[in-house]
Amino acid sequence: MSTIAEPKSSPEVPLPRGNKADKEVGQDRKAKSQGRWAFWLIAPTLALLAVVIVYPIVNAVIMSFQKDQGLDPVSKVFVKGGPAGFSNFIHWLAQQCGSGPCAPGTLGSQFWSATGTTFFFAVVTVILETILGFWMAIIMARTFRGRSALRAAVLVPWAIPTAVTAKLWFFIFAFEGIANKLFGSAILWTGSEWPARWAIIIADVWKTTPFMALLILAGLQIIPAEVYEAAKVDGASAWQRFTQITLPLVKPALLVAVLFRVLDALRMYDLPAIMTGGANNTTTLSILVVDQLRQGVNSAAALSTITFIIIFIVAFIFVRFLGANAVASATPNGKGKVK
Amino acid sequence: MNRTKQLAPLAAVAVLALSLAACSGGGGGSSSSGGSLSGDAANNLQDRGPITYVQGKDNSNVVRPLVDKWNAAHPDEKVTFKEQTDKADQQHDDLVQHFQAKQSDYDVVDVDVVWTAEFAAQSWLQPLTGSMAIDTSKMMPATVKTATYNNTLYAAPQTSDGGILFYRKDLVPTPPKTWDEMMSMCSIAKAANIGCYAGQYAKYEGLTVNVAEAINTAGGKIVDDSGKPTLDTPEAKAGLTNLVTAYKNGNIPTEAVTFQEEQGRQAFEDGKLLFLRNWPYVYNLAKTDGASTVKDTFGIAPLPGKTGPGASSLGGHNLAISVYSKHKATAKDFLTFMTSEESEKFYATQGSLAPVLTSLYDDATLTDKLPYLPVLKTSIENAVPRPVTPFYPAVTKAVQDNAYAAIKGDKTVDQALKDMGAAITSASQ
Repeated sequence: MSTIAEPKSSPEVPLPRGNKADKEVGQDRKAKSQGRWAFWLIAPTLALLAVVIVYPIVNAVIMSFQKDQGLDPVSKVFVKGGPAGFSNFIHWLAQQCGSGPCAPGTLGSQFWSATGTTFFFAVVTVILETILGFWMAIIMARTFRGRSALRAAVLVPWAIPTAVTAKLWFFIFAFEGIANKLFGSAILWTGSEWPARWAIIIADVWKTTPFMALLILAGLQIIPAEVYEAAKVDGASAWQRFTQITLPLVKPALLVAVLFRVLDALRMYDLPAIMTGGANNTTTLSILVVDQLRQGVNSAAALSTITFIIIFIVAFIFVRFLGANAVASATPNGKGKVK
Repeated sequence: MNRTKQLAPLAAVAVLALSLAACSGGGGGSSSSGGSLSGDAANNLQDRGPITYVQGKDNSNVVRPLVDKWNAAHPDEKVTFKEQTDKADQQHDDLVQHFQAKQSDYDVVDVDVVWTAEFAAQSWLQPLTGSMAIDTSKMMPATVKTATYNNTLYAAPQTSDGGILFYRKDLVPTPPKTWDEMMSMCSIAKAANIGCYAGQYAKYEGLTVNVAEAINTAGGKIVDDSGKPTLDTPEAKAGLTNLVTAYKNGNIPTEAVTFQEEQGRQAFEDGKLLFLRNWPYVYNLAKTDGASTVKDTFGIAPLPGKTGPGASSLGGHNLAISVYSKHKATAKDFLTFMTSEESEKFYATQGSLAPVLTSLYDDATLTDKLPYLPVLKTSIENAVPRPVTPFYPAVTKAVQDNAYAAIKGDKTVDQALKDMGAAITSASQ
């Protein structure tokens, strides 16, 4: 998904450039016609983006201000709920159901715990994946016999659909499963809180570390060998070469990789949904949205809007303050332009 | 370069927007329903013509032969079979999308027993009254109840299912009749160093089935006929307490909180359980599975109850007609055909699906093939449907979350029942 967004956004670049030239310089006829051309060339893309991105978001926001349907007390059939104001948002953020706090066992009572769980998973998995991915990338960047075989092998977990991965790990972590057999333990992996969380983290790290490794590998390969040679001649130790050369030069690629993974991890659904069904405090925000969808779409729209804003804020922090520049690294001469 | 930089947040928004599109994809439909019971439900009652029948994946090839048979006899009213996936959630959402769009291309639909009330309350199902009425007198009463909402029949029971007790007859010569009797037999399991009893206690739909059975067996009820929770009764408490106590004192083994149907079946086939509550599908597998160690040493019995057989929850499916169908007269005839004695027999012989007609449970040709039928008959005769409510997804969630906490000992039974009731009340407003 994110890979689609990347190339799509780069054609937007010529538009403001052309328009600006149009207004500020004005006299240049060539630039003017170019700007018009550019507009018509990218118009289909913009229209498509409006349909597939703007419409669902706007629609979700509109729906989130509608009440969910209620049962007519006499005819016992569902009737429309009418405008809701901010009540759907208050329902989630303040965990209020009707007049009082939501009772345990309602979805409304789980918003903040689900938010906490989601961030917990995101932080822990991304840290582990970054460290392991870096290590794998450094190994893959070396020249040795069978390197392409290794690269292909590393990609296997990433290539398996998440739902299949989840089912595999579900069997591994079953009570009679191989994990307990191997260690001679009797842990209820999917039946108690911390083991369930670690089971999910292990499965996620296993699956997505290759993605991390590949993105970091791409970053490593643009570092010219001469830089390392020069450092060697100057007598820099392996550790110094890593911290003084590798890390700063790979940072742009690394930040983009981390950004993508964080955004991905914040909408984690398949693994906990299949491995634990959200039991034992492993309900993430996405699981909550899908559960709510079957109980009332408007309330679910409010919840997904809240989720959107949360993820947006996280992405904003990354882009603005940490300098993860998803666009610059996609255009050839913008690479490495970090604060 | 500067401009590119300014665009960076824009691109980030694009990435995010795509993520959100994934989250909100299902929310695209409108939630409108409108109380148009007389509107769409009054149309096309006498019309005939080609129709479509919609059902989940036809794993044992039951539907196609029946549809072919119908088509051969009705060349002008041909039925097209639309096969959905084998995932219940996806079948549900597919039906909802078609109904919300008021599409007439789904005429006869196969609905899970627990969706029937929800779809009926949405006014999506044709009430089977007047010229659309069908004969339910030969059907088992509990199955008809699952198809009835607000005193109106909205669907025809098609297949049924009930829980039965699998036990080790080499260790327990006569199966227990009551829950207390079964608990007293757990010393036998202890002596043999195996687990005593298990059902499905992982947090999923199966837990609702098992908790409903425990509460109904003890004489309690989760909700009354108007959908209000009735959990503050001594009977409801006794029912849940039975499960909680058995888990606490080890009669239900610790790992049972991770059990769905399959894990329980494997444990039983490995000889690690004395008693198992499961669906009849386990019978053939336990008899023929290469890995089964109990092939000749297990027996079946009705679920143990308070004094007699326990109150099983009901599985199975109902057939309903869409209110948006253009050929309802044909649809009704097809419905009758699909629930006729001959078709019901075919479900049983071809697909091992339990019939809804009482008479078939004593049919010698069927009992030869499915030896568990007499036991299943007792089970379904004593069965109580899971809560028939349009808010079923919220109700089952409330039951699962709180019962799971109670069984694991995170909550007292009183607190769990109180929370369960409050959650059901707030969900059905």
